[in-house]
Amino acid sequence: MRQYSRELSVGLALGVLLVGLGVYAPAFYQAQPLLSLAARAAPTLLVACGVALVIICRQIDISVGSQFSVCSVCAGLLAAMHWPLALALPASILLGTSLGALNGSLVAGLGLPSIVVTLATMVTWREGLRWLREGAWVDLPEGSQWLGLSQSAGQCSLVLLSLVLLAALAWAMKYLAAGRFVYATGSDAQAARLAGLRPQAVTWAVFALAGALTGLAAMMNVAQSPQVDPNSGNGLELKAIAAAVVGGVPVSGGRGTLWGVFLGVVLLACVGPALTHLHVEAYWEKALQGVVILLAVIADGERRQGG
Amino acid sequence: MPPLLLLDAITKSFGAVRALRGVSFELQAGEVHALLGENGAGKSTLIKIVTGAHLPDQGTIVLQGRTVRSLTPATAHNFGIACIYQQPALFPDLTVAENIALRLEPGAAFRRVDWVVRQARATQLLSRIGARIAPETEVRRLSMPEQQLVEIACALGAQARIVLMDEPTASLTQTEQQLLFDVVRELRRSGVGVLYITHRLEEIFAMADRVTVLRDGQSLGTRKVSEVTESALIQLMVGREIAQLYPPATGQPGEIILSLRNVGCSAGGVHGISLEVRAGEVVGLAGLVGAGRTELARTIFGLTPADAGEIYLRGERVQVTSPQQAVARGIAYVPEDRRRHGVILELSLAANLSLASHRRLFPTTWLRSGAERALAFEFIRDLDIRGGDPDTPCASLSCGNQQKVALGRWLATRPTVLILDEPTQGVDVGAKSEIHALIRRLTRSGLAVLMISSDLPEILGLSDRIVVLRGGTSVSELPANSTAEEVMAAALGQADQA
Repeated sequence: MRQYSRELSVGLALGVLLVGLGVYAPAFYQAQPLLSLAARAAPTLLVACGVALVIICRQIDISVGSQFSVCSVCAGLLAAMHWPLALALPASILLGTSLGALNGSLVAGLGLPSIVVTLATMVTWREGLRWLREGAWVDLPEGSQWLGLSQSAGQCSLVLLSLVLLAALAWAMKYLAAGRFVYATGSDAQAARLAGLRPQAVTWAVFALAGALTGLAAMMNVAQSPQVDPNSGNGLELKAIAAAVVGGVPVSGGRGTLWGVFLGVVLLACVGPALTHLHVEAYWEKALQGVVILLAVIADGERRQGG
Repeated sequence: MPPLLLLDAITKSFGAVRALRGVSFELQAGEVHALLGENGAGKSTLIKIVTGAHLPDQGTIVLQGRTVRSLTPATAHNFGIACIYQQPALFPDLTVAENIALRLEPGAAFRRVDWVVRQARATQLLSRIGARIAPETEVRRLSMPEQQLVEIACALGAQARIVLMDEPTASLTQTEQQLLFDVVRELRRSGVGVLYITHRLEEIFAMADRVTVLRDGQSLGTRKVSEVTESALIQLMVGREIAQLYPPATGQPGEIILSLRNVGCSAGGVHGISLEVRAGEVVGLAGLVGAGRTELARTIFGLTPADAGEIYLRGERVQVTSPQQAVARGIAYVPEDRRRHGVILELSLAANLSLASHRRLFPTTWLRSGAERALAFEFIRDLDIRGGDPDTPCASLSCGNQQKVALGRWLATRPTVLILDEPTQGVDVGAKSEIHALIRRLTRSGLAVLMISSDLPEILGLSDRIVVLRGGTSVSELPANSTAEEVMAAALGQADQA
């Protein structure tokens, strides 16, 4: 029980927020807006899972936002060329994986600090995209939105897909040896090496996986609108890191669960709509999210001293 | 003359744990007072009370005749209390002179730094303790013993009246210990009271004037060192008699398992090493720190692969270029510095135990928690790991039990060769003899053990043969019944005279 205390406290905070909304703003619980909210949060959830894995491995990836933009534009262009989803989706995932693997190679292979590597790739991809596309939006062909389904069916499938992936990843982190290797590498890479593991391979794989998830998330984002915004990934890395931290993944790595990350994503995603429904000005959203993050870090600090 | 330090009926509890239950203790000027006790006996808590890090729940502290009601780290410093920890607490990126200055100079942020004075004082303090360290060296370039000398220089510079030393020799070799002992004697001569904490009984007899034994948070009284025997002290500490310090060797060793011929590794700084380890025997690897013992272990384990000579396993020539290959060939390595590398503190006991044998335990890459728990229960029972169940994080185990987990992890790989690097460093006497018995039991079942240790009695007591390294190469092989003097002579390069 104690090892999940953080997940419990985040869940409790979320529960209080949801009950509060139920009492003071029952309008929040309307099926369609709620589903839209969930569908918008689904890509963020996948990216946050990827980033959380990187953080558990005691690395950081701040380039996922730029990866997301690159993959979105690429997927949009493929869709505009009338590629079927069955080809555009793997292409987007593959592109994300290669971008992530490049980060992984630089960090694990050359031993460079991940904050510097991913800062460099973040700027390179973002500015490269701006130079290539000059900020132009990509118009998608008719009928490509919502995976070719009706809006609510499309939204449902996106949400469901992200939840299934979350469950699979969370299961893998607990019940696959590979998950154990990620925790071990993040706790102490040198100790992992002495235990006969290959921390560099683990680090590389985690970056590549984060890229793959970002590529998939980009496709899920493209499916939600008639146009692709080339800046859609801006700030996504911060959202993802914030969700991971709120969900109890310490920046020092080695601990944390993806269920916590899920709660973090949901909590942060609910803050904005909650404010609207409680008739607070929307300007407060970012500030309140910041407060939530600070509270999470403070809770971490207390636990460290206690432990 | 009142004692420098008098503790009267000190109690301290952490939650439900009563760490100290009415400990009384006094330290006179010009004495070396040893504090002895198993891990968890309350030694660290007592030190933290004296340095002001913890406030006692009850009891009084009298410093130089004055009762101090609430001792803080700052007031402790003003009373001239200095503490030298097992792991020196220096700033690695600053120079020696800057580190000393940080302790001694006043803390005003905008005062001007006089570099000449700073450098001169550092030089003077270091020469007083006979340390050959340049003040402009960055601390991270210093070895552990050199860092401890810098700590002592700080204490000297602060005109400390009371010096606490918490296992200062844990990472030192015999010669470095001698240097430290000389410094301690020098401190004693100048009227400083030294409170000396150690696990090593021989140090107490070499240096201390009086000894106080702690057990379960209580003081079992202070005795003059000249009036006690080693076995009496052990008995007091553990509360039971340890019949034999070292278990006897068992039977005839079997076939040659591991054989090195002229093995060298330029990256590790070892060369021309030849040795053999047979099934069922413990080969002790002795030598000074820097003689290449750990480097040799890392070479055999494939962390720094050998680039010269030949390694044979059961008569078959092998190339080990990575730890994965070593594990696959049945070589296991329990590294030193267990808190950093031996166990992964955040992972549970069960996860730590299974970490090196995933391939054997989980051939399908699935972690079957049933298999893992069964393994954990097996080792908890076999190795007598106390203080936790399979789900307990390793961080909350004691040192001795962490070492058992580290050992268990490698036994789970079912090795044929086990390399132990300082297997009982920082482990209390009770757990130490348990680990020794365990090593013996393992050899009885046919394991070949190569044991690195700076603890000379341990090398002498446990080894069937002793290989001595000096300057990165093997210089001699001694039989089990060698004396400490013979081993030291070989390690120091005086084998011919001896």
